[in-house]
Amino acid sequence: MFKNILIGQYFPSKSPIHRLDARIKIIMMMAYIILVFNADKPVSLIMIAVYTLTIVIVSNIPLKLILKGFIPVIWIFIFTSIVNIFSVSGETLLSFKLFRWTLKITKEGILKSVFINTRLLLLLTGTSLLTLTTQPLMLTDGIEQLLKPLRKIKVPVHEIAMMMTIAIRFIPTLAEEAEKIKNAQLARGADFESGNIIKRAKSMLPLLVPLFISAFRRADELSTAMEARCYNGGENRTRMKQMHITLYDISAIIVFAVCSLFLLISEFVIEF
Amino acid sequence: MIETKNLSYSYHSEDEENEAVKEEVLKELNLKIKKGSFTAILGSNGSGKSTLAKHFNAILLPSGGFVYVKGMNTHEQKYLFDIRSNVGMVFQNPDNQMVTAIVEDEIAFAPENLGVKPQEIRNRVDECLKIVGMQEYAGSFTANLSGGQKLRIAIASVLAMEPECIVLDEPTSMLDPKGRAEVLDTIKMLNRAKGITVVLITHYMEEAVMADRTIVIDNGKIVIDGVPAEVFKNVELLKKLKLDVPQVTELAYELKKLGFEISDGIIDVDECFRELVKLLGDVK
Repeated sequence: MFKNILIGQYFPSKSPIHRLDARIKIIMMMAYIILVFNADKPVSLIMIAVYTLTIVIVSNIPLKLILKGFIPVIWIFIFTSIVNIFSVSGETLLSFKLFRWTLKITKEGILKSVFINTRLLLLLTGTSLLTLTTQPLMLTDGIEQLLKPLRKIKVPVHEIAMMMTIAIRFIPTLAEEAEKIKNAQLARGADFESGNIIKRAKSMLPLLVPLFISAFRRADELSTAMEARCYNGGENRTRMKQMHITLYDISAIIVFAVCSLFLLISEFVIEF
Repeated sequence: MIETKNLSYSYHSEDEENEAVKEEVLKELNLKIKKGSFTAILGSNGSGKSTLAKHFNAILLPSGGFVYVKGMNTHEQKYLFDIRSNVGMVFQNPDNQMVTAIVEDEIAFAPENLGVKPQEIRNRVDECLKIVGMQEYAGSFTANLSGGQKLRIAIASVLAMEPECIVLDEPTSMLDPKGRAEVLDTIKMLNRAKGITVVLITHYMEEAVMADRTIVIDNGKIVIDGVPAEVFKNVELLKKLKLDVPQVTELAYELKKLGFEISDGIIDVDECFRELVKLLGDVK
């Protein structure tokens, strides 16, 4: 149950996308989200799709892995499709009676649902590209660096990043422990698999309680160990791994900027 | 290097009737640890040995008396980081003392806290990995290492502060025999080759034998203090303190009780073997 948890969902490779600075990737990610939300014309969406697909190919990520990421949200796709197909008014293609209601499928509704689903698909692909190509620790470092200015308004940026680092570090440890506790409870006749969802949730309780208690004990020991190694918060702290903007990053920014420019032109300047 | 003067420590807890109880863990303890020495501190559970260790780098502060590290009083806040970077501490559970997911980041953690320059941290990390013999693991995930390897990384990450003294609080009690041997070899090497002062807290007699000085603590007081061979002559007393003497020592002790002529304080297998050969020669 817990053995297959990966640390983040990082897919190791040496592609140019993997080598980009995490900060650059995060910023481009955000710009990408804004672009996807603002694309109102089919042409723009097609352009973004081509652009996204190119990155997927360059990044060496198997398409299967990205498709897998769609499985958990498939219900959202179906739900938005149904709502859009039936609720958008316009040229009626088909209407039928279901009990007391008259349901109408409109041309606009179909178009709209295709549009929204494509958008969702692109968003999902884009964001998972970030986590697939960036090591979780690089990501935390990048977030820390980017949020640094917020320290001026007393946001505990370093503490947040440290918490994320420790959380990532303890995922495999706690997963291993959960597995052990689960086996111990199974050996005493616990049943995690049968019954309805409420019963199963209840049966998880004897697993979660010991896990929580041990997590607190671990936290206590860890804080002592950190203190013993002179941990004193973020002040005057240096980092061994410095982040550098390389030629890769600069060329990535240029490519991204050019693509965005084309997109903006197609969106706002050219009339179809 | 480290000196305690009338060190007492007590903590307050509540008993069943919710009345405050003062529990004295350490009682007026006087101790001096010399620079470059290898000291083993022995004691059964609840003897106060871990509490004592936590005083050596100001994780705990004495409730009575003083602890000095290189002449610095642990009570004084301004010396805190000097003391902690001079006396590195390695704990028992290898999983609960690692902060980051990657080996080299883990070792860099302490020098990063001390504000060492990035290039210098890099050098220290490489150097410390070499000392514990784990260079090839620099980029590995800490989660994938064995218990012994994790503990060696814990030692390396303390070494990165360039301490003069390392205190190890029962480092081997959660390891398998192989991991234990790895860790003990590393500790021995640090003391012999690098001249680092080592304080090893343990309840395994076999480990205490490696030290040049063994201190037995019971009920917050020093009971025996001396070189291992001397300490292990007190088989009766050690047994009363619920400590097991090394097997060879026990064998010699039992033989002597039966009237065989065998010398006191045998602590290693070779010595025992020679004595036994001598004894068998006599019997013939």
